[in-house]
Formats: sequence, structure tokens, C-alpha cells
Amino acid sequence: MKPMRKLLLPLLVVTAAMFAVAPILIARAPYESTMLMVQKIFYFHVPSWIAMYSALAVCGVASAVYLFKGSRQADRVAVAAAELAVLFGLFGLVSGSLWGRKAWGVWWQWDARLTTALLLELILCAYLFLRKYGGPGSEKLAAGVALFGMADAVIVYKSVEWWRTVHPVTTVVTTLIPEMYGPLLFCSIAFMLLFGVLLTARVALENRRGELDDLYLAIEDRR
Amino acid sequence: MIRSIYLAVVSLTLTVASVLAAQPPAGQSEFKPLSEVPPSEQLPGGAFVVVAYAFIWIATMVYVWFVWKRLRKVEDEMRALQRGSPEIKRQ
Repeated sequence: MKPMRKLLLPLLVVTAAMFAVAPILIARAPYESTMLMVQKIFYFHVPSWIAMYSALAVCGVASAVYLFKGSRQADRVAVAAAELAVLFGLFGLVSGSLWGRKAWGVWWQWDARLTTALLLELILCAYLFLRKYGGPGSEKLAAGVALFGMADAVIVYKSVEWWRTVHPVTTVVTTLIPEMYGPLLFCSIAFMLLFGVLLTARVALENRRGELDDLYLAIEDRR
Repeated sequence: MIRSIYLAVVSLTLTVASVLAAQPPAGQSEFKPLSEVPPSEQLPGGAFVVVAYAFIWIATMVYVWFVWKRLRKVEDEMRALQRGSPEIKRQ
């Protein structure tokens, strides 16, 4: 993580610049036939979920490493990634709800995609609550919850194919014209960079907390 | 342990099989050109786009501030501990 920390400031500048440019690219992108303006939420709704899935993958893999190898660093990465998965999931849920209000006339639909996505968000919240209030030894239990979250991600992604839903199917992305695909790719890279920056900062916090715990233990040992 | 794993695999297989058995009709799968749609069916929604983008920006800023605040708290605690315990300082 140390080389990443050196890259943090330049990455932060690039990410901020990309987020500043993104609205211009989105505004210039052509309108979709039925949604018109509101379809442009798509340009940060989809990247939010890409970042969320990435955070979840990092959390799941790090949790598995922690469970099977007992690596404390992996545990720190897992908790940092879980928090970011909740954050990006919230972006996806809120932006999707805003889009739904225009597209479907309601803020929320209990359809398969939306419900499984909400459940995934709740599983990750459960992970964070477990870490905060679970007491000593809750790390392993939380790591198990993270693996369940990772399994649920597959169900969320495939839900539009497995069940009848009002949510557009994932193959919509492959039918985009280049003028729409370009801004989507740009926004996806911006969100992934944001994820990288936030993960680096959040892991640094966990590392400092680990050092603080070690200090307390060292003091206890000397008493 | 092995029995639990076996039960979990069987349960998962049965669930996935039942889900796959109920294949729904395909949803919207492509974008249509604007010219094909009557104006009455078009939905402008600029305010929603701005709100969604603003929410993401503001939530990110709040989160960064939250992380920074927690980091400051940990750093302050470490400094206080090191001041109070000279033997720890030497480590």
C-alpha cells in the first residue's frame, strides 16, 4: 500500500479533474429516444455499480484471505472495501431511484433487481455493524458475511435475466452507440479511480488504527 | 464440516435450478433512435440528473471528511499515548 500512498495526491487530482469534465461529456452525449435528459443518470448510475462490485470483490477476496490465512492486513483491506461498497451502493440506489421516478413514475419498485440490490446493501451494512459492535472475534464472522455478500452480487447481476423485472437488462450497454459509450467509459474510469483513492485513504486509516491497538497492547504488557 | 458444505452446495444447486427453470421474457435490450418516438412519450428530467450528480459529489465529500476526521482522532490518540508513555515512544 505504501507506493499507492505516494500516488494518492496525483490520483486525487486526476480523479477530481475527471469528475469536473464528466458533466460536459455527459451533456454532449446524444439523448436516448424515450428517456431524453433523465437517461443521463445512467452515466453515473452504471459506474457507481461497477465501483460497488469492485469494492465488494476486494472485500470478498480479502475476507477469504483473512479467513484462510489469518492475514491482519487482508482484514483491514476488507473492512475498508466494505465501507466503500456501501457508499457506492448508496450512489447506485439513489441515482437509480431518481431515474425510476421519471421512467416508471415511482421512486421504488419491489422488483427482483432492486430488491436483491437493496438486500446486498443491507448485507454490507450488517458487515459494518458486526465489525463495529460485534466485539472481539467478530472479524471472522464478518468475513463470512462478506463472502455471502459476494455470492449475492452474482444474484443481483443475473436477476434481470432470471426474473421478469422492470429494470433494463445488462446487455443494453453493449448496444450503445460510440457517442454514448465514450462518456460511459470515461465515467466508469473516473469512478474506479475514485474507488482507488478512497480505498487507499481508508486502508491507511485502518493501518493507523492497527498501530494504535498495538500501542495499547504494548502498554498493557508493561503494566 | 464436510457435511455442512455438502448441504450448502445441494441447497444452492436446487435454488439455482429452480430459478433457471422460470425463464422470463426478455426485457428492453436496445436503445431506439429519438425519431421513432412520439413527443408525448418523451421524458425530460434535467433536475433529476443534477440532483443525482450533486448527491454523489456531496456524499463523497462528506465521506472524505468523515475518514479524515477519524484519521485525526487516531493520530491525536497516538500522540497522547506516546507523550504519556516514554517507553512506547522509543519503539
